[in-house]
Amino acid sequence: MALRQCAIYGKGGIGKSTTTQNLVAAIAEQGKKVMIVGCDPKADSTRLILHSKAQTTIMSLAAEAGSVEDLELEDVLKAGYGDVKCVESGGPEPGVGCAGRGVITAINFLEEEGAYDEELDFVFYDVLGDVVCGGFAMPIRENKAQEIYIVCSGEMMAMYAANNIAKGIVKYATSGSVRLAGLICNSRNTAREDELIMQLAEKMNTTMIHFVPRDNIVQRAEIRRMTVIEYDGTAKQANEYRALATKIINNTDLRIPTPITMDELEDLLMEFGLMDEEDESIVGKTAAAE
Amino acid sequence: MSQDVENIKASYPLFRTDEYKENLANKRAAYEERHPDNKINDIFNWTTTAEYQEINFNREALTVNPAKACQPLGAVLCALGFEKTMPYVHGSQGCVAYFRTYFNRHFKEPVSCVSDSMTEDAAVFGGQKNMMNGLENAKALYKPDMIAVSTTCMAEVIGDDLNAFINNSKKEGYIEQEYPTPFAHTPSFVGSHTTGWDNMFEGILSYFTRNYMDDKEVGSNGKINLVPGFETYLGNYRVMHRMMKEMGVDYSMLSDPTEVLDTPADGEFRMYAGGTTMDEVKDAPNAIDTLFLQPWQSAKSKKYVKGVLNQPGTAIDIPMGLEWTDAFLMTVSELTGKPIPKSLETERGRLVDMITDSHAWLHGKKFALYGDADYVMGMTKFLLELGAEPTDILCNHANKRWLKAMNAMLEASPYGQDSKVHVGKDLWHFRSLVFTNKPDFMIGNSYGKFIERDTLHKGPEFQVPLIRIGFPIFDRHHLHRMTTLGYEGAIYMLTTLVNAVLEQLDKETMGMGTTDYNYDLVR
Repeated sequence: MALRQCAIYGKGGIGKSTTTQNLVAAIAEQGKKVMIVGCDPKADSTRLILHSKAQTTIMSLAAEAGSVEDLELEDVLKAGYGDVKCVESGGPEPGVGCAGRGVITAINFLEEEGAYDEELDFVFYDVLGDVVCGGFAMPIRENKAQEIYIVCSGEMMAMYAANNIAKGIVKYATSGSVRLAGLICNSRNTAREDELIMQLAEKMNTTMIHFVPRDNIVQRAEIRRMTVIEYDGTAKQANEYRALATKIINNTDLRIPTPITMDELEDLLMEFGLMDEEDESIVGKTAAAE
Repeated sequence: MSQDVENIKASYPLFRTDEYKENLANKRAAYEERHPDNKINDIFNWTTTAEYQEINFNREALTVNPAKACQPLGAVLCALGFEKTMPYVHGSQGCVAYFRTYFNRHFKEPVSCVSDSMTEDAAVFGGQKNMMNGLENAKALYKPDMIAVSTTCMAEVIGDDLNAFINNSKKEGYIEQEYPTPFAHTPSFVGSHTTGWDNMFEGILSYFTRNYMDDKEVGSNGKINLVPGFETYLGNYRVMHRMMKEMGVDYSMLSDPTEVLDTPADGEFRMYAGGTTMDEVKDAPNAIDTLFLQPWQSAKSKKYVKGVLNQPGTAIDIPMGLEWTDAFLMTVSELTGKPIPKSLETERGRLVDMITDSHAWLHGKKFALYGDADYVMGMTKFLLELGAEPTDILCNHANKRWLKAMNAMLEASPYGQDSKVHVGKDLWHFRSLVFTNKPDFMIGNSYGKFIERDTLHKGPEFQVPLIRIGFPIFDRHHLHRMTTLGYEGAIYMLTTLVNAVLEQLDKETMGMGTTDYNYDLVR
């Protein structure tokens, strides 16, 4: 099987890292060889697989050693549950430096040091929040991740972010072979959430690949720094992640997305009662004036 | 005070006149608030001590005169070596002005290179628009057959994706789909000018071969590919051409800027001249093998040659000095089946003859040297062959494996027992070493002249003359046309070294009635 590289994007706090790790654990359970590349300075993309607080990152080791050229692959690559290979790019503290450049440096390092070996079936990039600069688009450059999954929920800002990410993908999709492979709905228990995301997906020329219901067991596992798959493989939620894993393994539905306009998004939200019709007459009016 | 148009004096004689001496002294007294001379002198002397050296070598947060340049500089030189190719730097304009002046000053030639002038808005929105207009304009204005794109720090920090930008430029019709646009990401904050050369070379080779390997067969064209690496001695390209021709070996020199960097003054400006043709690059996978003349500086390209072109990528050392030129020619001979001809044997014999002629003057002489990894290694090897003693050997951009290889080579020679190799250090470190472990000479680029001035300031007995071999050489003319590779190169370097020794001896024994008992006509 040829190596498949997938990037996971989505609004901050939506549960990208948790979903990615549970998904990866489920894929590994099926005997696939997987690597996770955390592309977020928070470096929390691998903790559930490694049972660690935060993996030592490529950038922090490079800063210590003086330069990334002084690092060896085994310094940064750790194997965890299901023999999943884990690596974190790392980056600066908030407010200083450039995290995007950290992602570029880290991925270049992994390529040069031969981290993408022939035995791997999947590489998952867990990428921070929005694609705010070229650095965070590094995982979807030519010859890297060709499949993108966006984690979202039925909340307005999560959908807004998903649509924005799709805009970023279009830029790369027209020049290369990167494609949107689907939305993963990580449920927040909002009303008619599955229908809403399916409609959004359809408008964006993609599909909702799976609806992951909300379940407290995810948090319980997380406190133990474990995925649900490992913590309690018999749990209902574990089967949800297994279902998602199977769908992704078999997914061949890769498309160039058609992001929608702000107006279209608002119409959709109004249709589902998540937003009220705008009342132009109250715009700019203070409480006293009303 | 005013200059006479018939006799305009430069600063040096002019400022020595009484009028200027007085003027400068007044300025100094009235405005400079400078420390007293004795304090300046004390500090100066302190910087020459072993105590200061220790502090200097514990320096963490500062580089002074790094003895290396940045990646895109190397990428530009690489691109200049291809026929009708315009080096194009995606990023800020000032960087490109720097590359051009740097080469101008060394080669004393105009150097064509364009930038897409990214400014504040491009830094915020990304440089795709600059790329689109830049490619279109550069092609329309300068009519190159190929544009080779590299990057500056700015484009790299914001993460501009060259592959996507260039493809989008083609898709939107700014340049034709089939127009050759090889590219390489060359962040200046990684590696050095030699890394940039390597990256650009891999970019060009990969652009013309990676997707066209089906009808290629290693050895089918019977050629040897030679890859010069970041090479600024034009004679080194020429000597390779000559040696291959004398051997009757069919070869391709992949990147050869000798013509464009050495154009004649005949009234015609040549933006492009000579260079490796695209056909030669496309044919490169059919060669028997690809040899990297500066192997330590060509790691990425070598990996490509082995991994994608499936050529053996036979390991060689830089063909500098006697033994490594022998080894190089024997490798070429083994790969091609062509014997080494009489003419090269004779040339070798001449070199050996010269070495023995000059041996008495060079034996035990101490040299401190600095520069690029492969050159420094080759030069060290040659010094050992001459019986000279390398004292401190410095290379800023080399890695640990290079350091190990250097130490192994030095340990194996009686002349290398006291040598020390310094990696990741700069010329301010080197300055300390020249004071505390005084060699007879320094070998390096023009930047060493300031160290020589400082050593003389301490006192004539501390002066360490600089022998200029390396890059850049801004303050002597035409040395870039010389040769440092092959037997011919060894002959040039030997001549330079031994005559520097003899000139210094003359200088020291010129004292009438004091030292001139050794001021001999015959040396």
